[in-house]
Amino acid sequence: MRPDLKILIVDANPVRAAIIDEGLREAGFTDLVRIGATHGLVAAIETHDPDVVVIDLEDPSRDALADMFLVSRHVKRPITMFVDQSDSASIEAAVEAGVSAYIVDGLKKERMQPILQTCISRFNAFRKLREELDEARSQLEERKLVDRAKGIVMRMKNLSEDEAYALLRRTAMNDKRKLVDIARSIITAAEVLK
Amino acid sequence: MTLHLRVGFMPLVDCALVVLAKDEGFAEAEGLNLELVREVSWSNLRDKLNVRLFDAAHMLGPAAIAATLGVGGVRAPMAVPLALNLDGAAITVSVRRYEELARLADGDMADTTVSARALAAMVARRKASGLPPLTFAAVFGFSSHTYLLCEWLAKSGLVLGTDIRFEVVPPPQTVEALTSGRVDGFCAGAPWNAAAVSAGVGAMVHSSTDLRRNCTDKVLAWQADDLERRPAAVRKLTAAILRASDWACDPANIPRFARHLSAHDRLALPVDLLEPVLHFNLVQGAGRPPRQVERFIRFDRAALRPEPAHADWILAGMERAGQIVRTPDMSEQARAVFRPAYFPGGDD
Repeated sequence: MRPDLKILIVDANPVRAAIIDEGLREAGFTDLVRIGATHGLVAAIETHDPDVVVIDLEDPSRDALADMFLVSRHVKRPITMFVDQSDSASIEAAVEAGVSAYIVDGLKKERMQPILQTCISRFNAFRKLREELDEARSQLEERKLVDRAKGIVMRMKNLSEDEAYALLRRTAMNDKRKLVDIARSIITAAEVLK
Repeated sequence: MTLHLRVGFMPLVDCALVVLAKDEGFAEAEGLNLELVREVSWSNLRDKLNVRLFDAAHMLGPAAIAATLGVGGVRAPMAVPLALNLDGAAITVSVRRYEELARLADGDMADTTVSARALAAMVARRKASGLPPLTFAAVFGFSSHTYLLCEWLAKSGLVLGTDIRFEVVPPPQTVEALTSGRVDGFCAGAPWNAAAVSAGVGAMVHSSTDLRRNCTDKVLAWQADDLERRPAAVRKLTAAILRASDWACDPANIPRFARHLSAHDRLALPVDLLEPVLHFNLVQGAGRPPRQVERFIRFDRAALRPEPAHADWILAGMERAGQIVRTPDMSEQARAVFRPAYFPGGDD
């Protein structure tokens, strides 16, 4: 058995691929190949001859890969999907995280486990990062809307900034609506009445 | 109480009844809150069904049987209380290959034996001139499309995978694969043949109905034990889909039917491409007029009964394609995937 496993990372998202790459390196795997465009996945597997293939579930070439289980004459070594029947929890975790792994030529499950765990945690970390980014973006967006509404109220009712803000908050509380929703209504109304 | 069900599908005309069950309100009328999720691969549908991220999935009948038998590296037992269509596929080749075939044909290309012999002649010529073998694609290894290709080729003694290379190309990539020359032809469900013809790169050779009528295609798959575990959910979704079937069979509904399928979160394809397919009017390409194929794709109630006999044809196809070596217990296991007991009046 080779001392270092060669891992092929198939991911159209270069940022996530880099995050996985880094995670696997930290876990001690250094022989890594990253590919993005996957029209030639079968050819890429023949060229790179990996021990493990890690693939994003959003990649449509999974079905082509599945067929390679049967037509192993395409490749020098047989490929199987990493499904450990005794460990359905890690399969579930992988699918939920959005990653799938394939092993080439009967690699032992014990050797596969740390790779899969690393990929799962990196996929989840990436998703969390993206969610946080989306959250930050929408918060910024909301603050801009509230500021605009505040400006409108200040102008129309001749109020100070603090007074305008207090009025918006009071209205939101009385109506049991979110501050940003009140802000949106004010902006829409102001545009209609312009 | 409303029951929430999440169902995965692939962008094909044959996912129609699931889409209509939601978008025409039949699921809601049955007390279901149906959430539809478009997927990029059959492998994803299978795996997400297996870990219960999906309650049910639009599935290739042969893929449901393969997953149940554990062929192809993954065992994920499934049960099919209802089929989603019969027929509806076609074989398309690149325009260039079609013209070559037409020149080599000894007779009417509409005859499947004539076209298969023309293909055999092309294969022989290429071999004699040292040209690389032709490549044909299907949308999944375990699919009626693979077995239909095998049946067509067998008419002239050709073997898929030996005389002609075989590749798997997901439905939305078929047009690109033909354009780039990565494949010479493919067998896929609607509307991808029409899409290749409309793009000017493909020419339809045969409708699947030329080779076989009432051919099993897509089914609604559940996890095997869900039929016993969640019978109410299974019955409600089945009922909603049967109502969608009645609606889909009324020709007056076709324009609206096409618009539902065309939506960005469904097939995301132009209505102009989909509506003729629903009228069974198929563009052929290579300078030929569109062809009217009677009952090109069946969505009627009778087509939806899950027939255990279909499993026999599927197993035979798997064997012919070299996907399995038959064992005595396979037939019973495969037949048991199709469960007519949940079909109205369908006790088997």
